Amino acid sequence: MSLDDLDRMILRALVANADQSTTQLAAKLGLSQPATWRRIKRLQEAGIIAGRQLQLDAAKAGFGVTVFLGVKLATKGRVSLEDFERAVGAIPEVQTVDHVLGLYDYRLRVVARDLADFERVLRRRLMTLPGVGNVEANVLLSEERRPGPL
Amino acid sequence: MLDDFDRRLLRLLQADPGRGVPDLAEAAGSTPARVARRLDALRETGVITGSRTLIDWRALGYAVAVSLRITLDKTQSRAFDEFLAAARLVPEVIEIQTFLGRVDVRLSLIARDLADYQRIYREQILELPHIADIEALMTVATVKGDESLPL
Repeated sequence: MSLDDLDRMILRALVANADQSTTQLAAKLGLSQPATWRRIKRLQEAGIIAGRQLQLDAAKAGFGVTVFLGVKLATKGRVSLEDFERAVGAIPEVQTVDHVLGLYDYRLRVVARDLADFERVLRRRLMTLPGVGNVEANVLLSEERRPGPL
Repeated sequence: MLDDFDRRLLRLLQADPGRGVPDLAEAAGSTPARVARRLDALRETGVITGSRTLIDWRALGYAVAVSLRITLDKTQSRAFDEFLAAARLVPEVIEIQTFLGRVDVRLSLIARDLADYQRIYREQILELPHIADIEALMTVATVKGDESLPL
């Protein structure tokens, strides 16, 4: 599906704020409500709008530390990848898991209450995962999401 | 501090941010008025900062996703600010994070295909100021990606 300028404007507005109603969005963009609704529906049907995510301030919700981990597996092979993915995906503090190519095999995003809590998660849950080898941790200081090529 | 009721509401909303107040009240075993007051308080104190629409870049033809791990030349005092300001101007950069650790900055970059990635990498990324080192991790698959907090 190719996007026109109005589609891009709608996507930009919704990425910045998904809480606005179709009516509010239409008024802001100078479109009619039904036309805006039809375009949003088309973007959803094409799978371009993939869902909606609640935005929380992790620190204010009690999670003061976010760490990005690069994980290298010590043993490879299909079975060990599946075992690792199943086990790591089940850890509640692990927010994202990406299988990657490069210096590491997996990239994880992990939250914890504080550094002591992170150490507990790292030692008890992450370092004991099946097949885990070298691990590199980088503590998140700041983060921004960009609108992307819209 | 959040209490159990706050956490319950946040868990429900994390699973489905579009859920209305009456529906939340029923699921949490409370009244709409009490739920509405709590949600207002959670927004006022900045625990809930909003919600955003997620875009599937693959569906828009961006098949390649790369995580660029960058070390900056810290002998330059303005290295971070100047690098970040320039990185924001690259449209294909969808996330920017800074770190305490071996890596200084991470950019999440998307591209239509490998040729497109190579072009962006050479013409835009390598032109960014104060880079001392770059490592690229190419995403093969996202195993888990919802970013929920374990409330």
